[in-house]
Formats: sequence, structure tokens, C-alpha cells
Amino acid sequence: MKKLINAPDRVVDDALAGMAAAHADLIRIEEPNIIVRKDAPKKGKVGIISGGGSGHEPMHGGFVGFGMLDAACPGAVFTSPVPDQMQAATKAVNGGAGVLHIVKNYTGDIMNFDMAAQLAEAEGIKVKAVVMADDVAVKDSLYTAGRRGVGGTVLAEKIVGGAAEAGADLDKVTALCQKVQDNVRSMGMALTSCTVPAAGKPTFELGEDEMEIGIGIHGEPGRTRMKLAPADQIVDMLMTPILEDLPFKSGDKVLAFVNGMGGTPLIELYVVYNAVNKILKGRGVTIARNLVGSYITSLEMAGCSISLLRLDDEMTRFWDAPVNTPGLRWGV
Amino acid sequence: MDGSGSLSFEDVRGWVRRYAGVIAENKVYLTELDSAIGDADHGINMDRGFTAVLLKLDALSGDDAGVVCKTVGSTLISTVGGAGGPLYGTLFLQFGIAMSGHPSVSLNEWLAGLDAGITGIQRLGKAEPGDKTMLDALMPARDALKQALANGTPPNEALRDAVAAAEAGMKATIPLVARKGRASYLGERSAGHQDPGATSSYLLLKAAADTWSEVG
Repeated sequence: MKKLINAPDRVVDDALAGMAAAHADLIRIEEPNIIVRKDAPKKGKVGIISGGGSGHEPMHGGFVGFGMLDAACPGAVFTSPVPDQMQAATKAVNGGAGVLHIVKNYTGDIMNFDMAAQLAEAEGIKVKAVVMADDVAVKDSLYTAGRRGVGGTVLAEKIVGGAAEAGADLDKVTALCQKVQDNVRSMGMALTSCTVPAAGKPTFELGEDEMEIGIGIHGEPGRTRMKLAPADQIVDMLMTPILEDLPFKSGDKVLAFVNGMGGTPLIELYVVYNAVNKILKGRGVTIARNLVGSYITSLEMAGCSISLLRLDDEMTRFWDAPVNTPGLRWGV
Repeated sequence: MDGSGSLSFEDVRGWVRRYAGVIAENKVYLTELDSAIGDADHGINMDRGFTAVLLKLDALSGDDAGVVCKTVGSTLISTVGGAGGPLYGTLFLQFGIAMSGHPSVSLNEWLAGLDAGITGIQRLGKAEPGDKTMLDALMPARDALKQALANGTPPNEALRDAVAAAEAGMKATIPLVARKGRASYLGERSAGHQDPGATSSYLLLKAAADTWSEVG
């Protein structure tokens, strides 16, 4: 294992200290390991928190700041955070208007957020939760834990954060987050595996000429393994299930999000975006907004994910609203 | 040890310490099992939790066996994360409630704790037998223990029966297709691998049986 770390069990703490030092104007770190917006709690504003395992940076901690999250709860690498963190974060950001938990659909995340919500409600804080489950690679059936929350989560955090900043109440913010979930679909692929620092070796092995289609964001294997193919073909393999699932139709306006998994250079993400653009043009779908870059990663995994969000005026307005976080910044 | 076939406060603490040692020994093994069908952190997370538990246990005093298990449960919930934290945390909290106020714990009381723990795990994880989870080791063990005690089997042997049932249940997860947790994303590809949660649960039963055999 070759990593820029001091020790496997210090990675999260060292990185949090680095974030706090780099972005002291936007965030602060509080016990027990939560990232809180510098000016939280804001009186009368709905608090927005999220969290999950570490290793997906900049999500979620990098999205704490004006116009997005009020706090983020990072667990150990690829491990859901503990209820104490979400309980503390909920209290830290509660400005009296309640707190929304944006939870990615993983068994552990759901349990730990649920426990925290109960503890916070017992202390008199109004808490609502929306579960993000946008990964079409997973069959949503009684026989799985349900679809994973992946790229759509980044878009939800931005849009919902914009609405909360504009003064929307807890019910409105919750409904908007659910609307994003209902209109976003994603799928990812990997060219390489990744190594959890504490495990010391890659989670799965991929041959030089192989790729894994339908991966999640935790180094868990995907749906199928196959020979490497040209980017246009790979994008087609990801786009077809995404487009057919919602389904996206001619005339739809979308936000197209091409995301790097951590180890893929931007030049390749633009190769992917070019293919996405051609496919959508061919189907009569308009890309009204886009995002290209590594925003929800899986450590050093090479690969990408594609998310499409069908936009309406409300979602577009709050996507465009100013944001000032370590990971996303515009309009300020 | 009091020789009466029951566990004292010290024995319960000894059981947990023994299990913490077993988890440390099997940290890499459990993580490798999880690499195959999950996200490669089960052994690491359990070891982090039980390392924290050992520190808390050292500071405990008194004779209430329930306090030991409640401390274990709340410490696991606060330190493990993932699904393992809430699930094992709930199991130990339920053991703690069943033992609450007892300076000595009979095997029947221990079984009541296991039973309540399984109910708690099911409530939280909504898994059924055969879903390829920790319940596939715990439920056969509970049923075997119940049966053995109903038949008048001595505590030591009864627990050996339970461990054998847990081991069989654990091995029976190998061909199963996972329906809960991260392994379920793999669908058919999850078959052919032993479930890491069922494995750590089997080890918990085995640590309990080893502890009882020294007491009895």
C-alpha cells in the first residue's frame, strides 16, 4: 500500500485537522468529529446535515458552508458514522426551524441516522430525513438493501442547501429533497479497485484489461466484470439503464453530472462528458446545467459515475443559487 | 467462577474480554470475508469497537452483570459505525437488560438476553433467516440452546450444541444469495462466500461457551 498518510488509524483525524486549517473561514471541527459551518446555528434557518463514511471527499465535509450543508458527519473510511455524531451535528445546526438529515441508502447509514434522529427528537428538535437511493445498478427489490445513494446526493445537497438559505421551511426543504431523489438516476464504473487504509490491500482485484460496471462508492464490486472498452461504449452502458429507468424523455431538461471516482484525470471525464452530450442530443434531451469533476469519490479508485437529474424551474433556481463551500463555490 | 453453572459479574466481563481478544485475532480474517462481498471493514470496525470496550470494562466495578453488557452495547454504538455498531450494540444492550441487577446470571437468563437481542436485531435490520446475515448464526444457536435446556441438557453441553448450530448456520451462509446489507448489491455473485457478520456472531457464541465451560 502506497499512500500519503501518517498511519492508517490517523487518516480521518489528520484530514479533518487539515480541512479545518485550510478552510477556517467556512467551517469548524467539533467533537465528536463533525464538520460544522462556521456561522451555525443560523437563527430561523432549517439546518441541513449529511454524513457517511470517509473516503468520498469532497463529499460531505467539503460541502459544508453557505448555501449547502450546515454540518457533515464523517465516519471511518467507508464506514457509517455513529449516532453520537449526527446527534451532536443536529444540535449544533438547529436554529429553531428544525433539521433535515440527507441520508444515503446504506444499511448502516440508515440505522445510525435513525438512532440519532430519535435522540435529537427526544431533546425537542424537529428532524426529518430523506433517503437518497439513485444508483440504477442495484435492483430495487425485496431481495436487496435497495438502491445505493450515490452522485444524486451531491446535487440534492446543493439544491436543498440553496432552498434552506432562501428561507424555505422544514416541510418545503424535505419535499424538495424528495423531488431531487425522485428525478435523479446514476450509475458508475471502475477501472481499478481502491485500498482502504486500515485494510492495506485493494478491496477487489481487477485485471489490467478488465473493468467493473455498476460499482458503488465503497470499493464494493459491481454488477458485472468485462473487458475494457472504448469510453463511448462504456458511457452507453451506463447511460442506457439511467435513461430507461426514470425514464428520461425527449424534451426533458437535465443536469448532467460526470463524476470522477478519485483516480481518474479530468481529461478523461471530459471524454466521458462528450459521449454523454452526444447521447442526450440524439435523444432530444437538453443539458440545461452540468457538473464535471470528482465530487463523490471512492478513495483512489479510477473510474466515473454519471448522474442525470430531470430539472424543473425550482430545482434549477436553487442549483444556480450562490454557494460557498470548500468543494463547490459560485455566485459569491 | 462460583461453580453453580452461572456467570458472575467477573465472568460476564471475562466473556466480553475473551471475545475482544478473539476479534483482535480475527480482525484480518473478518475483513477479508467482508472484502469478498462487502466493503472490507468488518474486522477493522469490530476491533475498533472492542478496543474501546476493553478500556471501559477496566473502569467498571460493582456486581451487576447487566452493567457490563449495557456498557458494551452503548460503547459499540458510539464507536463502531456501519451496520455492525447498531446491530451488535443492540444485542449487548438486550443482554444487559436481561441481566440487569443480577449479580449472577443463569444460562436461562443468558438465553433470554440472546433471544431479546435477536428480536432487537430483527427490528433494526429487518432481516429474515436465510438472508445471509448474522442472524443465520444467532437464530439456530438460540433454537438449539432452547431445545437443549428444555431437554434437561447440562449448561456446558447445551452451549456446545448452540455453538455447533451457530457454526453450521455460519457455514450454511456460503451458498446463500445475500438479501440485506451491502452484500445484497452483488445479487447472485454474493453466493460462494461466507457471511462476515454470521462469522463474528459464531465467534461470539464460541467465546460464551468457552467462558461457561470454565465456570461450570
